[in-house]
Amino acid sequence: MLRRTLLTTAALALGVLGAGMAQAQEKLKACFVYVGPIGDGGWTYQHHQGALAVQEKYGDKVEIQWQESVPEGADAERVLTQMALGGCKIIFTTSFGYMDATNAVAAKFPDVKFEHATGFKRDQPNVSTYNARFYEGRAVEGLIAGRMTKSNKIGYIGSFPIPEVVMGINAYYLNAKKVNPNVEVSVVWAFTWFDPAKEADAAKALIDQGVDVIASHTDSTAPLAEAAKTNGAVIGFGQASDMAEYTDGPRVTSIIDNWAPYYVERVGALLDGTYEQKDTWAGIAGGEVLIGDITEKVPAEVKAEAEKMRDDIAAGTFHPFTGPINKQDGSPWLAEGATAPDGDLLGMNFYVEGIKGDIPK
Amino acid sequence: MFILEKRPTPSRFWLYATPVVAVLLTMIAGGLLFALLGTNPFAVIKTIFWDPIFGEFAFYLRGQLLVKAGPLILIAIGLSLGFRAGIWNIGAEGQYIMGAIVGAGVGLAVYPTESRLIYPVMVIAGALGGWAWAMIPAILKTKFNTNEILVSLMLVYVAQTILAKASTGFLRNPEGAGFPGSRNFSSYKAASNPEFFAGSGLHWGGIAALVAAGLAYVLLQRHIVGFQIKLTGQAPRAAKFHGVSPNRLVMLCMGLSGALAGLAGLFEVTGPAGQISIDFNVGYGFTAIIVAFLGRLNPIGIVLAGFLMALTYVGGEMAATNMGLPAAAIQVFQGMLLFFLLGVDVLTNYRIRLLFRGTR
Repeated sequence: MLRRTLLTTAALALGVLGAGMAQAQEKLKACFVYVGPIGDGGWTYQHHQGALAVQEKYGDKVEIQWQESVPEGADAERVLTQMALGGCKIIFTTSFGYMDATNAVAAKFPDVKFEHATGFKRDQPNVSTYNARFYEGRAVEGLIAGRMTKSNKIGYIGSFPIPEVVMGINAYYLNAKKVNPNVEVSVVWAFTWFDPAKEADAAKALIDQGVDVIASHTDSTAPLAEAAKTNGAVIGFGQASDMAEYTDGPRVTSIIDNWAPYYVERVGALLDGTYEQKDTWAGIAGGEVLIGDITEKVPAEVKAEAEKMRDDIAAGTFHPFTGPINKQDGSPWLAEGATAPDGDLLGMNFYVEGIKGDIPK
Repeated sequence: MFILEKRPTPSRFWLYATPVVAVLLTMIAGGLLFALLGTNPFAVIKTIFWDPIFGEFAFYLRGQLLVKAGPLILIAIGLSLGFRAGIWNIGAEGQYIMGAIVGAGVGLAVYPTESRLIYPVMVIAGALGGWAWAMIPAILKTKFNTNEILVSLMLVYVAQTILAKASTGFLRNPEGAGFPGSRNFSSYKAASNPEFFAGSGLHWGGIAALVAAGLAYVLLQRHIVGFQIKLTGQAPRAAKFHGVSPNRLVMLCMGLSGALAGLAGLFEVTGPAGQISIDFNVGYGFTAIIVAFLGRLNPIGIVLAGFLMALTYVGGEMAATNMGLPAAAIQVFQGMLLFFLLGVDVLTNYRIRLLFRGTR
C-alpha cells in the first residue's frame, strides 16, 4: 500500500514536472544583460522597467531573465553564452561596452536574436542595435541650465569620452549658450558608468569650481545627492530615470529613457514572426526620450520655453544642432541653417566652439 | 561562558579543516540568505557548485572555470610567497593592469608585423611591467620604511587612471572611430593568446598558473629562499640571526608577486579580454588575496582554492540569471567565504574552552 502510494505520488510529481517543462519550453525567453544593479535608480533601472513591461504585455507567452552588474569584457561573453545555451531566444545587451561580446556570441548562436543598446556593430545578421536621441533631452537641459545659472558656470559629469557623451555635452552647451551667451561649461570625466562614490566626487569637484547646474551622464543618483547637500544652491537633472525622489531637492527636470515600447515591439515581432534585423534611433518624437516634470523652482516663462523646445523637437521643427556651428578649433562644422547629419553625431569626437578643455585622448 | 585559549602549537587538524568548514558554513549561511530572498536554497547551492562541473552546460562552463581560475591562481601564488614572510602586497590589481598595458603596448608597437618572437617578448614585457609597478612600494618600504599595504593599494588607483588614459589615448585603436579601447588581439595572430582547443578554456595563462604553482612548491620545500621566507614569517628575529636580509626579501617577494600579476594581466589582455579597455580589470588582483588565504598560502591549496573561487563566479552568474537573484547576493556569498575562513581560522591557533559558573 505504502509503496503504491509512493509510486503514484512520484508519477504524479513527474507528470506535473513534465507538464511544467513542456509549458516552459513554449514560452519565449527574453533575456537582459545589465551593466549595473537594477537598484541604480537610473540607466539599468529603466532597462529593467522595459523588461517588466515585456513580461506584463505578453504574460504567459514570455519568460524574462536578467543578470545585473555584468562587467564589460570577457565576463560579458560568458554571461551571453550561458544565456544563449540556457534557451534565451532574444538577448538585450544594455551597455555600449558589450559590443564585441555581443557580436562574438551572436556568431556562435545564429538562431538567437541579439539586441545591442547604443552600439554600432551589426557584424552578424542576428544582431540589431538600438539607441535613443538623448541629445534632444540634453538640449532642453541646456536651455534650463543657461536660464537658471547664477554663476554662469554649468557642469557636466562625463562617463567615457565616446561620441554618445560628447554629443550630449555639445547639445547641452550649445542650447545653454543660445539663451545665455556668458555661460561656461566644465566637464569632469568619471570613467565609469556606475560608481556612486566616483560620481559624487565628480559632482563635488564641479561644485568646488563654482558650478551651480549639474548634468550627468552616469547611471546613479549620486550627483543629485551631492547637489542636495548645497541647500538649494546647486540644481541638477534626473538622468536616465525620473529620479523623482529628488523633486523636493535639486532635481528640476529629467531625461527619462523609455525603453519599454521598443522592447515590447521587438519581442512582439519575434513572437509573431515579423522580426527583422534593424538599427533604431528614436528620440522625443518616438517616445523613447521623455522629459520629466519641470518643477516649481523653474520660473514659469523658462518652463514654457523648455516645453516649447521639447514640443518643437517632437514636431521636427527644431534640431538641437542647427548651424552655424563651428568646431572648438574654429573650423566650420555646420553652415547657417544646416542640421547635423546622424553620421556626424554618431562619430562625434570634437567639442563645439566655446567649450574649454580637451576631450581625453 | 566561552574563552579563547592559545594553543601551544598551531593545530594541524584545523589548518586543513578550516577551508572545508568555511565552505560548509558559507553554504549554510548563504542558503539562509537565498531562502530569505525567496529562492530554493538547495537549488541555488546546486547551481553554484554542481552545475558548472556536471550540469547540462558543463562542456562550456568547465572551460570557463579554467579561464577564471587561471589568473586567480597565478596572482595568488605570487602573493602567497610574500604573505608567508609577512610582506603584504595588496596592490596586485594594479600590477596586473600595468603588466597588461606594458605587454600589450609592446605588441601594438610592432603591429602588424607577424613574427614568432613577438609573443614571448610581450610575455617578458608583461612580467616586467608588473614587477616594476611592485618595485615602487618595495623600494619605498626598504628605503623609507613606508607601509607597503597602503602604497601598493593606492597604486591600484593610479594604475586604473593610466589604464583609462591608455584606452582613450596612447593605446587606442586608430581605426576605432574614436571609441575607447585598443586594437583587438584576436585579429592580430602574432600577439594573441587563443585557446589551445576551442572551448577548452586552456590558454598560456592556465599553463603558466600550473607551472608557477609547481615552481613555488619546489621553492618552498627545497630551496634556501623558501626556507628564509617561511622563517621570516614565523620568527623574524630568528631569521635575522640566520642572516636573512629583510630588505632583500621584501624586494624579492614584492618583485615576484608583481611579475606574476603582470603575467596574468598580459595573458588576459591577449586572450579572454582581447583588448585594453577602460574596464579591463575586474578584480582578479583583489580576489586573489582571498584565494591565497583560502589555499592556506600553500601552492597546491591555492590551485584548489582558485578553482573553488572560479566556481562561485561562474556558478554564481548562473544562479543569478536562472533564479533571478540580485548580483549583490552572489557577492555577499563570496564575501561570506572569506569571513568564515578568517573566523574559523582562529581555531588553528586558539581553542575554545567552555567555562561554567562556579567552576573557578
